[in-house]
Amino acid sequence: MMDPAFAEQAITLVILLLLAAVTVGIVRVRGLFAAVVLLGAYSFLMATLFVVLDAVDVAMTEASVGAGISTVLFLGALYLTDTKEATGKARELAPLAVAAITAAVLIWGMSDLPEFGSADQPIHAKGADYLARSLPDTGIPNVVTSVLASYRGFDTLGETTVVFTAGIGVLVLLRRRSGQGKS
Amino acid sequence: MNLITGLMADATNIATIFLMVAGLYVVIARGNMVKKLVGLSLFQSSVYLLYLLPGKILGGSAPILDPKLTVYANPLPHVLILTAIVVGIGTLALGLTLVVRIKEAYGTFEEDEIIARDGAKAGEQGDVA
Amino acid sequence: MRRDLVLRVASKFILPPIMLFALYVQFHGDYGPGGGFQAGVIAAAAIILYGLVNGLARAQKMVPQALLEVLMPSGVLIYAAVGVAGLMTGENYLGYDHLAHDAVHGQEWGVFLVEAGVFLTVFSSMIAIFYAFAGRRRS
Repeated sequence: MMDPAFAEQAITLVILLLLAAVTVGIVRVRGLFAAVVLLGAYSFLMATLFVVLDAVDVAMTEASVGAGISTVLFLGALYLTDTKEATGKARELAPLAVAAITAAVLIWGMSDLPEFGSADQPIHAKGADYLARSLPDTGIPNVVTSVLASYRGFDTLGETTVVFTAGIGVLVLLRRRSGQGKS
Repeated sequence: MNLITGLMADATNIATIFLMVAGLYVVIARGNMVKKLVGLSLFQSSVYLLYLLPGKILGGSAPILDPKLTVYANPLPHVLILTAIVVGIGTLALGLTLVVRIKEAYGTFEEDEIIARDGAKAGEQGDVA
Repeated sequence: MRRDLVLRVASKFILPPIMLFALYVQFHGDYGPGGGFQAGVIAAAAIILYGLVNGLARAQKMVPQALLEVLMPSGVLIYAAVGVAGLMTGENYLGYDHLAHDAVHGQEWGVFLVEAGVFLTVFSSMIAIFYAFAGRRRS
């Protein structure tokens, strides 16, 4: 029988490698249709990784939003615009330098980050202990739901408002006016 | 066994940084606006990963309480990232809408061509004045 | 696309299970993974699938644009009203403890209503965004 902690690490590593491969594909591919479909695959891989990281609510959201709705929206936008992108631009060196410097700085700052998957990190030791409080306070076993809707209700109110605002914005920008003729 | 545990922290962080930098590169290097939005999505996903990785405890389980279990992942990053994903789809929809309108107004959605057209228009106006 | 018999029949068969799953995710969100956002997006995905296969006009017959424009603000209003109800019962804004005879029941009512508001706004906004993209003609 394989040690579960070892299995979790191995699966995480494999999915991270696959994610990196898909990312290289997205960066290199020319043509927007392929990039959008690869982004859908990327989102599904990300959702799988979230399941391994025990974030089941986030995985569900990523699979339905990232791989489902956003792919449909991208394809709708491509239908309304164009699936070809211009090729042969000289801008290659400067972005690469910016990306490399950013990566170097981030890796340099990485040395202080805690170990993967260990229970004695500050994130688990400090802060409000929602895991212990959820059942006595609210009677809800899914702690993510109780934190989302009760302890941090203000965040979620703001988030709902953002979704509403985005919907209004899209309607205002894309609504056909009756007098507007199309050429 | 010890080797893989030691490698894991570096491997997960380096993968996160790689995804982030790849998104950043796409946003800067590509002039196409839909491709820029794809790059932004990559960048955004790497931030989800950055938040969720420390919340994980090896051998733990999802934060849904059950008398048979004792070790759970930290639920707070999950809540924050749930919010981030839903806000992300809102901004993405708005961004794509703007790209569609720009394409209708300019006939192109390449950044360089739009800037060139604006420059030409500004130049014309300058000549008239 | 319109004429594809397999897709049309399959979409008709798959629509009720998706809606049922969305309701399950919504009402079982307290005990398992899920909640208002996920349920809203899944339910919207069912309508979007129907619209993709059968055309925008058929989808708009099922969920009219006018209904969406009512549901979008009403979700946010339900959420905000639950907060005001908390104020009225002598709690903080969005405090649910006094909504029912004891604190735990009050919390359950508060979370239920808040998730319902989130569901309505997410569901209607996603479909409205899809309608806006699908209803626009190519330039």
